Parts: sequence; structure tokens; C-alpha cells
Amino acid sequence: MSDDSFDCVIIGAGMSGLAAGIRLAMYNNKVCILESHSIEGGLNSYYQRKGFKLDVGLHALTNFAPKGNKKGPLGKLLKQLRIPYDLFHLKQQIQSRVAFADCSLKFTNELDILISEVEENFPSEKENFLRLVKHIQDFNELDYDNKYISAKEVVSNFIKDPLLNEMIFCPVLIYGSAWENDMDFSQFVIMFKSIFLEGFSRPQGGVRTILNLLLERFKELGGEIRFRSAVEEIKVEGNKAIGVILKSGHFIRTNKILSSAGLVETQSLLGRENNPEHVGKMAFTESIVLLDKKPCEFGVEDTIIFYNQGTKYNYSCPSTLYDKSSAVLCLSNNFLEDDEQQGIYRVTNMANFEMWNQLERAHYREEKNKVLLNAKDTIKRFIPLFEGKELLNDVFTPKTVKRFTRHENGCVYGSPVKIKNGKTDIDNLFLCGTDQGFLGVVGAMLSGISMANLHVLMGGR
Amino acid sequence: MQTSEVREKIADIISDIALDEDLAGLDDSQSLRDQLDLDSMDFLDIVMELKKRHKIEVPQEDYPQLATMNSCVEYLTPKFMQ
Ligand SMILES: Cc1cc2nc3c(=O)[nH]c(=O)nc-3n(C[C@H](O)[C@H](O)[C@H](O)COP(=O)(O)OP(=O)(O)OC[C@H]3O[C@@H](n4cnc5c(N)ncnc54)[C@H](O)[C@@H]3O)c2cc1C
Repeated sequence: MSDDSFDCVIIGAGMSGLAAGIRLAMYNNKVCILESHSIEGGLNSYYQRKGFKLDVGLHALTNFAPKGNKKGPLGKLLKQLRIPYDLFHLKQQIQSRVAFADCSLKFTNELDILISEVEENFPSEKENFLRLVKHIQDFNELDYDNKYISAKEVVSNFIKDPLLNEMIFCPVLIYGSAWENDMDFSQFVIMFKSIFLEGFSRPQGGVRTILNLLLERFKELGGEIRFRSAVEEIKVEGNKAIGVILKSGHFIRTNKILSSAGLVETQSLLGRENNPEHVGKMAFTESIVLLDKKPCEFGVEDTIIFYNQGTKYNYSCPSTLYDKSSAVLCLSNNFLEDDEQQGIYRVTNMANFEMWNQLERAHYREEKNKVLLNAKDTIKRFIPLFEGKELLNDVFTPKTVKRFTRHENGCVYGSPVKIKNGKTDIDNLFLCGTDQGFLGVVGAMLSGISMANLHVLMGGR
Repeated sequence: MQTSEVREKIADIISDIALDEDLAGLDDSQSLRDQLDLDSMDFLDIVMELKKRHKIEVPQEDYPQLATMNSCVEYLTPKFMQ
């Protein structure tokens, strides 16, 4: 057998793996990305239904920054990947809101709007909110040495009104927490900045625009990518990984491995037993509905609505197939200057992986349909005009996520244990992506970049 | 090699890294970090590009020598001549 060998192998062609691959290929490493699926993107991939192009996940790109701002995560990653700002073709959100039973807080990419909404609805909390924002702005969430601190505890030192507290946590938890009903304060800061201080935008053309740029850049730099190439085992000698074995049995030799498969998933590739506490619990169903008109033609100005029925927001794995009491309603092409032909909305509900996994086929389909009906009901509360305008529906469940990305439990935000420095107990095997602790599309790319820099380009210095 | 050529080679590298930045108004005696919003990731890239394009190694303890354009030229000119 001819020797198939690389300086570095990357497991997974999601956002983090592609970004890491670009950095390594840029500096003359012979690098190969191995992806089990037939296309790139991972948790944020794309597909077609009846001739319509759909994104798997993308609600919005967080961390919006205007052109010229180099300091934030978006500016940093564009620079590191040598992608000119304009090629992302970012369109900003119109407005979003956190909508609880008796209270609604609007926010845009201008923090002042949120501040005035807090002032209007919670007059006595305005100063506290400003102090919280200041604390967040001054916090270094990127320090690899930060230890777990409960975000709920920190925030309750600032915000006294329980309802405001719940409302602040709602978008932050559901857009990025691997923990139930709380999260690590560093992660909270990352998410708070990315949602409330920086904000939402959408690349024109959706996630394909970003993926095409990444893939093109990677190939142009001489990187190799292999699809339908699932890694089954990481082969170790002593404390060192010597290569990977694919499902086909093929062996690939390598000096270093970056794995974006996830913490427990990577442990499994080493043939190890999983610690059940390391497996995340947060999974979701998502209903996707295509409309014959764009939301702006209905006069709708919302981009994303974080909906919750009660006054307490329960972010945890439900004991039912899915949780109807809250949802994210996303009009994922209702951004400023959008150029889409159709409208689209997405409704995301928390869901229970185990329960979905146990359903047999016919039943599974039936339950998916109920999720869709509930999604339509939920959107009707806010935007009744969409009824009867549907062109196409689709629903995915935690089982779908598991099938296409191999994440245990179909978890979107990975393990509650984050390995911030990316190190494992194998000398030359490192984690990148969700379980390194940066998440979302922008976070995952930044994670790939920083792990490639630290462990390969700088040799772990 | 002339110092002006060295300056040009460094400017080439910086303009590839700071993609959307205009280098025309750069003050050679002032900090690159402040003028161009460069961070430690960018300095890593300057070092990596020097190695890739010109086979020049900059040990980590010498990174402070790259603070301004003038100090870059002064520090790197002998290395370009080797
Ligand atoms: C429904 C949904 C909506 C979302 N919405 C947003 C949003 O609006 N904005 C946002 O910023 N983020 C969003 N996210 C989150 C975002 O998609 C992720 O945080 C990000 O894509 C994670 O990237 P990653 O590279 O860490 O992991 P992944 O994308 O999971 O990449 C890992 C890759 O590794 C591959 N792989 C795994 N195991 C193996 C193996 N053994 N061999 C070979 N390949 C393997 C997988 O197939 C996958 O492609 C959403 C996610 C979902 C599911």
C-alpha cells in the first residue's frame, strides 16, 4: 500500500476544521481534512429540496462588525484567513426581540435600542444593566486559563429583577449553552457580546457564501479534502497519535491531528469509554417553512423572536419529545437589503434526543409533523399573515443532527466540559471547534484558527 | 539589499495581512500595532510570512524589534543580506 501521510490531519469539514485547514495550508503544511459526510459545513451545512436551496442551521451570523473594525472576532478571522470583508456580503438584521408573556424587549445591532427598552420596561434596572454591560466589556473571555464560574450567579449580582434576568439569559442560552439553565461566565460573555454588543447579520446567499469561500481558499493553498471519509479510529503508540484509520480500513499517517468531532466523540475514536457527564444534553428540533412571499412584503420587521410563554425561561432537555413552551422564531432572510426570492421562517424548539431516537419509523414521521403544526401555530401568534402562504416544509430532529454530524445526542453546543487550550492527554492530538469553547459560525472558525496557530504553527508555545 | 527594498518587502507582507487597510499614510516611526490595529495573531503572521517568503527566522524574543516600520527595517536588513 502506498504511504498516505500528512503533516496534519483535521477531522471534520465544519467551520472550525475548514478554518484550521486554511491556516495550516497557508504556511506550507501538508494537510488533509477528513469529513464523513458528502459535503462540507457540519452543523451549518446546506441542502436542496424540490429545487429550493436551504441552509441547515444558519439563523444569523453573530458578531456583526462594520467594515474596518479589526478588533472583534469577525475582523480577526477575516484577517487570519485573508478574506476581504466585502466577500461575505453581510446584511444586517432589521430588529429582534425577546418576547415573554407580558414583556418584550427589542434589540438591534445598536446597543442603545436595547438600553432604552430596558429603561422603558424596567426603569429601576437601567443603571444595573449598564454596569453589567461594562463588566462584560471589560472581561477577558478569551483567556485559556479562565475557570468555570456560574453566569447566573454573576449576572444576578447586577440585575435584581428576576424577569429581566430571565429575558437576558434566553437568547444567550439558546444560542450557545451546552449547560442546562446556566452556563460558564466566559461563554456567557462570548455570547452576550456576539448577540447584544455586536449583533446579527446574514451573508447574502446564506451559509454557502461562507463555505464556498473557505473551501476555495483551502484548495487554492494546496490543501486536500476528502469527503465520505469517516475516521473510525485514532491510532496511538505510547502517548502519540501516529495516524487515523478510516471506515474503509485505510490508514493515514500524520504528525498532528486536530479534531473537530467533539470531546466525547474524539474520546470514542481513541477507543475510550465515555464519561456520561461529558455528553451534552441540549438538542433541538427545527421546522423550516418556505413562503411564497418575503416577510418584508407582509410588512414584517422582525428578524429573530426569542419566544417564551411564561415568566421563567426553562433551558433544559425536556421530558417530552420537544418543548412547546418556548421557541426561537427566525425569519432567516428578513435582513436589511435582502435579495431572496422567497420568504422563510424557522422555528427551533428544545428537544429530547433519546425520545426521538427510540421512535420507530412511522411514528417518527407523525411526530415530526406535529412539530411542524406546532411551529405554524407558534408563528401565527406573532405573524398571522403567513398562514396559507407556505411553499415547502421541512423538519429536522436531534436524530437528524446526529446522523449528519455524528455529534452524540445530536447536541448542537457539544459537551458541558470545554477544553479551552484544546489539549488532550495524547501529545499531538488537539481539539478545535465547539468543545474547545468558541461556538457559532464565527466562534467555530476562530477556534479552528487559534488552535491551528497555537498547536501547529507556533508548536504549542 | 537597500533598506528601501527591505521596507517594500515588509510593506508587501503587512498589506497582505491587513487586507482592507491603506498603508499610504503609515508613519514609519510609530507603532504598527496602533496604526493598523494589529494584534498578536497578526505579528505571528508577519513572522510566518518572513519565513515563508524570505526564509528569515525571527526568534520569539526578537518580536519587539518589529514594533515600528523603522525598527523592522533596521532589524531585518542584515537578515535579508545573509
Ligand atoms: C439548527 C442549527 C442552527 C444554528 N444556527 C446558528 C446560527 O444562526 N448562527 C451561528 O453562529 N451558529 C449557529 N449554529 C451553530 C453552528 O452551526 C456551530 O456552532 C458550528 O457550525 C460548529 O462548527 P464546528 O466546526 O465546531 O463543528 P461541526 O460543524 O459539527 O463540524 C464537525 C464536522 O466533523 C465531521 N465529523 C465528525 N466526526 C467525524 C469523523 N469521525 N470522521 C470524519 N468527520 C467527522 C462532521 O460531519 C462535521 O462536518 C446552529 C446550529 C444548528 C444545528
